[in-house]
Amino acid sequence: MDANTAYLTQNTPENVHTVEHPLSGGKTLEEILSNIEMTIIEEKEEHLIIDLVGIEAPIANALRRIMLSEVPTMAIEDINLWQNTSVIPDEVLAHRIGLIPIDADPRLFKFKHPNEEHSSENCICFKLHAVCRRLEDGSIVGDKVMSGDLQWQPFPNQQERFGHFKPVHDDIIIAKLGPGQEIEAELFCEKGIGATHTKWSPVCTASYRLAPKITLKKEIAGENAINLKNKCPMGVFDVKKGKAVVKNPRNCTSCRECIREDDSMVSLAKVKDHFIFTIETTGALSPRDIFREAIKELRDKAAFWLDKINIYKRTPKS
Amino acid sequence: MSQNSHQEQNLLIPAFLQLRGLVKQHIDSYDYFLTTDIKQIVSSPSNCCVLSDYNPDFYLKYKDIRVLMPSIEEDAVISSITPHECRLRDLTYAAPIEVDIEYIKGNKIICRSGLEIGMMPIMLGCCNCVLRNKSEEELAKMLECPYDPRGYFIIKGVEKVILIQEQASKNRIIVEIDSKNNVVAQVTSSTHEKKSRTVVQSKGSKIYMKHNTLSEDIPIAIVFKALGVQADQEIFQLVGTQKQYIDALGMSLQECSILNILTEKQALRFIGSKIKNSKAAKTGRTKIEEARDVLATVVLSHVPCENYDFRAKIRYLGIMVRKVIDAMNDPKKVDDRDYYGNKRLELAGQLVGLLFEDLFKRFNSDIKKHVDKIFSKPKSSKGEPFDVITAMNKKMITEGLNNAISTGNWSLKRFKMERAGVTEVLSRLSYMSALGMMTRINSQFEKTRKISGPRSLQGSQFGMICPSDTPEGESCGLVKTLALTTHITIDQPEEQISKLAFSLGVEDASLFSGDELYSPGVFRVFLNGQPLGVHRDADFLINSLREIRRKGKISEFVSVVKVEEEQQIHIACDGGRLTRPFIIIEKCKSKVEPKHIKELTLGLRNFDDFVNEGLVEYLDVNEENNAVIAMRHENISEDTTHLEIDPFTILGCVAGLIPYPHHNQSPRNTYQCAMGKQALGIIGYNQFLRVDTVLYLLAYSQTPMVRTKTIEIVNYDKLPAGHNASVAVMSYSGYDIEDAIILNKASSERGFGRSLIVKRQNSDLRRYNNGLSDRLVMPPVIHGDNPPPSIKKFHALDKGGIVAVGSIVQTGDVLVNKETPVNKVDDIEMSKLTDNDFKPSFTCFKGPNPTQVNRLFIACNPEEPFLIKTVTIETRPPELGDKFSSRHGQKGVVGLIVQQEDMPFNEQGWCPDMIMNPHGFPSRMTVGKLIELVAGKSGVFQGKFKYGTAFAGDKVIDCGEILVKNGFNYTGKDVLMCGTSGELVGAYIFSGPLYYQKLKHMVADKMHARAIGPKTALTRQPTEGRAREGGLRLGEMERDCLIGYGAASLIQERLMYSSDVFIASVCESCGNLGYEQWCQFCKSRLNIVKVKMPYACKLLFQELQAMNIRPKLNLSSS
Repeated sequence: MDANTAYLTQNTPENVHTVEHPLSGGKTLEEILSNIEMTIIEEKEEHLIIDLVGIEAPIANALRRIMLSEVPTMAIEDINLWQNTSVIPDEVLAHRIGLIPIDADPRLFKFKHPNEEHSSENCICFKLHAVCRRLEDGSIVGDKVMSGDLQWQPFPNQQERFGHFKPVHDDIIIAKLGPGQEIEAELFCEKGIGATHTKWSPVCTASYRLAPKITLKKEIAGENAINLKNKCPMGVFDVKKGKAVVKNPRNCTSCRECIREDDSMVSLAKVKDHFIFTIETTGALSPRDIFREAIKELRDKAAFWLDKINIYKRTPKS
Repeated sequence: MSQNSHQEQNLLIPAFLQLRGLVKQHIDSYDYFLTTDIKQIVSSPSNCCVLSDYNPDFYLKYKDIRVLMPSIEEDAVISSITPHECRLRDLTYAAPIEVDIEYIKGNKIICRSGLEIGMMPIMLGCCNCVLRNKSEEELAKMLECPYDPRGYFIIKGVEKVILIQEQASKNRIIVEIDSKNNVVAQVTSSTHEKKSRTVVQSKGSKIYMKHNTLSEDIPIAIVFKALGVQADQEIFQLVGTQKQYIDALGMSLQECSILNILTEKQALRFIGSKIKNSKAAKTGRTKIEEARDVLATVVLSHVPCENYDFRAKIRYLGIMVRKVIDAMNDPKKVDDRDYYGNKRLELAGQLVGLLFEDLFKRFNSDIKKHVDKIFSKPKSSKGEPFDVITAMNKKMITEGLNNAISTGNWSLKRFKMERAGVTEVLSRLSYMSALGMMTRINSQFEKTRKISGPRSLQGSQFGMICPSDTPEGESCGLVKTLALTTHITIDQPEEQISKLAFSLGVEDASLFSGDELYSPGVFRVFLNGQPLGVHRDADFLINSLREIRRKGKISEFVSVVKVEEEQQIHIACDGGRLTRPFIIIEKCKSKVEPKHIKELTLGLRNFDDFVNEGLVEYLDVNEENNAVIAMRHENISEDTTHLEIDPFTILGCVAGLIPYPHHNQSPRNTYQCAMGKQALGIIGYNQFLRVDTVLYLLAYSQTPMVRTKTIEIVNYDKLPAGHNASVAVMSYSGYDIEDAIILNKASSERGFGRSLIVKRQNSDLRRYNNGLSDRLVMPPVIHGDNPPPSIKKFHALDKGGIVAVGSIVQTGDVLVNKETPVNKVDDIEMSKLTDNDFKPSFTCFKGPNPTQVNRLFIACNPEEPFLIKTVTIETRPPELGDKFSSRHGQKGVVGLIVQQEDMPFNEQGWCPDMIMNPHGFPSRMTVGKLIELVAGKSGVFQGKFKYGTAFAGDKVIDCGEILVKNGFNYTGKDVLMCGTSGELVGAYIFSGPLYYQKLKHMVADKMHARAIGPKTALTRQPTEGRAREGGLRLGEMERDCLIGYGAASLIQERLMYSSDVFIASVCESCGNLGYEQWCQFCKSRLNIVKVKMPYACKLLFQELQAMNIRPKLNLSSS
């Protein structure tokens, strides 16, 4: 059994934990660092897939956790609700509005302290005024309040400095109105992190999976090979020259269908230091930026603790 | 093919319920009352006229009675009214009762039509309700929810349900064995006029008749003789001439001759001497006349007896005696008391009918009293002649009905009957709890009696009563719920049926002497328990009657039953029987064919057409015994007569929510039935327009991923109560033991389990007898940032003195700044009063948490001229300790709320909303929950709802296949990564969506702690209970622990110093309690010492003294 491989057997995953210290195998820190590889597999506006090879699970996980909860964004925090005659109660409406992702680079803003006033430095202000009317011809206008109805109210010189702010999507339904109903509100965005409230999380989700390592335990040929190929719903296997081959191991979703009845043919495993990250952004930051910010944050944390440790080492023991 | 047609035939159920609604039984019975029964009551000979004892010329005759549409009279203007207006304004949803009368005024006959005699509460949805047959749009205009079940009343703004009452059937002979091992045949006779119980019982080898009006048991032979059957031979003929009957009756006849009673007169004299509370002396009648009267009117009062023609009664008594002898010889002939065919359900219509008749009788007797008073005085010639209309008290009937429905106390004077708890406030906790209440059956049995018979599930209840939905604990099995398709019959006229029976060859019993009734090969025919006659060809009669019923010529709810072993045919058309529809099978073929179903889907026919065309028929519990019913198409054999429409209809609407209930351990389904009613959700489309005292709502309620057919039929998919939570079944952190669940913080922040608590507080400006009234006052002006609390509590008020909508209020904040006049007695003009003549009496906010004022209602009704209702809404995200439950009786509290990044995640990035500990499964055996998860998970990938209908539903194997197609394991177990360590989780985790309900038990409503707080006035001990900010009791068992441990000082501290310590003055010389260093007994202050004791102890001494016991305190220093 390879220490760097976790095996998926019929009943349970095996060898999932890494007990050894990364430096215990006689490797030096430099060796480890030089072995780290990063490849961008796919990059789109809304998501990013990266391969990270050669790091330990705690490091990869720290990055994931930071992306989820510690990379700041801007989100609506305070609402002055002047009028709400819709069917949605005030607090539910406020909650819905709070969850709308705002297209604003949080790096341009400062955190607002509880006692601080809203200002151009720490706040983006929107206005929402939606009225539903029945026109003379009987048609109804304004029955849907959308995120696109939010109107930016720039603070002095905000426009010149930052350009334009708006919600990421214009088509999120906030509320539905009946004729005569009205919502009027003033919304204030603040900078915050996902640990405080999920609305500040920059990602829909950021997660990773371990790279699958699929091997054939023996030569599979003929009907068995075709069966194996058909068994896998993700098309991992193929038949070449009458023999089964592993064609697309990355497609594997660990459904274990190939070892469901007979585990003597295929070995399903995971490479424990090969992480395939998927980062899906809510839209405020590009996924690449989120990843970069996460690394920055991790570095800051490390520096912080390094500092603490150094101070501790310097203080004489009593 | 059979599979396909089977699925198609299921469409009948929605069609059935669409036509019927879920509470048709209530509405039908009330319709019958309003249209038929009320007219019968008024036209019955004992009610239809009022005469005077003093003026023979006078009469008042009721010619007709009607109930109009609901309305209200305000300031002499009558306007129609909607149910919702009644709810908001605390009004009664009632309609005027109008009568047409004819009476004597002076010496003229006067006819008056449309005279109002009172207001009748109107059941929502009945034929006199404005909501009847209204479209969804029209209902919306009346602010009514289209899915509201209706069938309840609104009395003073409160929704009241008259629960279905279960009773043993009336006017039927029931044979039982009593505690002394005697055979007892009893009949509870019930007519509009009288209720009585007649018992024929064996005692040793003799047979007696027992009745409440008689002080002793009467030998049966004497009863026969008193009824005019003087010859012994005739008695034998009436009971039976076979050996066993002659043997059994011998002793009874002998007893009769020993007493030397041989003639009718002697027998009547004997009975006359045994009558309790004999009025013979008063009325001047002889005992013989009195006895004859009792026999004619009281004994077996439901058997008709005109002009002392006792023949019908004799026959009936003969049957009773025969049943007793049969049961003496064969214990199998004893009836089963819990058999559901012997039960009748009483509904709102019947109950209100009984009450109305009672009130109407009282109304008439009040008129008679008044009239007699007028006519008993010498006639004064001057002035208008007396008009009887002035003697009518409209309030009597109105208030009598309103009070009975709002308190639930049904007191019927004429039957001397008092019944409590007939009505209940309609529970609006959730849509399901309201529905569950409307289909609930209350049993008359006492809850305290520890008997299992009436509580256990009876075979005859199959399909009629839900086997799962009953409460746990004391009322287990006594409170039941109707199954989905059960219909309760209403009374049908007997005449038509009896005529039909006679023309089908029934030979009238009154033509026989008795012996012919029992000749072999002849079937005795009964109509509603009364002997009608005999028929020689039972099958002909039964088949023809059924054929006629299927043709729709007689009511579809008439039941015809052949009892082979007793040679009897029972025809029933009385009300309160349980029936349900079946598909008719003839020659192994279902009469419902695919083409019919096709027409149904096209809307060309409805369920009634199926009944009218004889494709589907209703069977009651008794007739089910004559039928061979196939559960499914494939079970049809040669003998099959009927086919179940769908097996899932044996469950009620609440149990119908459970997916795959047939895979669960049965108590789990029962638990879910109790919990489904506590789940928060949407209670109706008009929920934000209602002003209930408390309303629990769920902010983002979802329709379940795994549905059942019942869910769609009862519209639970439109008014759901719960969330489709992503669940991972694994252990996590140790905060998930004992069924606790782990919640994802991100999920709760995105709206999972977020509930709204809508509360209402009333405040009314009263008007007092002296013409003064309460007034609203402008609040004091608040200056500065930190005003004192006495001023700050006014912060939420508007200038008018009422709280501003949208403001946040906290405990103690004033909602309505009201002032009451000090002088409420003397006549003073309002304008002359100064501010000093008023004292503040503001209404304060009571809730514990800061809450937003959402709405204000200002209304008036006849009792309250100025009613202010404040509605506040509080939003609560789930917190530690809130209770959640799946649909399988698996409840648990939130044990830990975890950040999303700490949650495990799968390869797709999915992470659970909730983690449930796997230890919940092995002992509970809720396999249905496992299947729900797999089915739900596969449904997610298909983008389709899955079905977990009872005894059907999507198969696990199919769901597993869908999972595999989408790259998941077929068992639903995924590879997960740990959120904290980042490594793989060392097991495959069973994960997917499960429907979770948030239950009403929330920590915010329960948490409580206290250091120093209020004390009760009497004992000076801390108050009790959370509502009074009470202390936490150190009880007897806790005290025992401390005693056992020897912690004396701690006990003293807990029980005295921290509770009601009191320094008493005690006189050392006399041992009495003193006061302020003075002993009143010794008239001295010399020997007074101070003693610490609990105040309760001092109180005890004083109370003892008050009853002349002197506790003496002997003091000594330690």
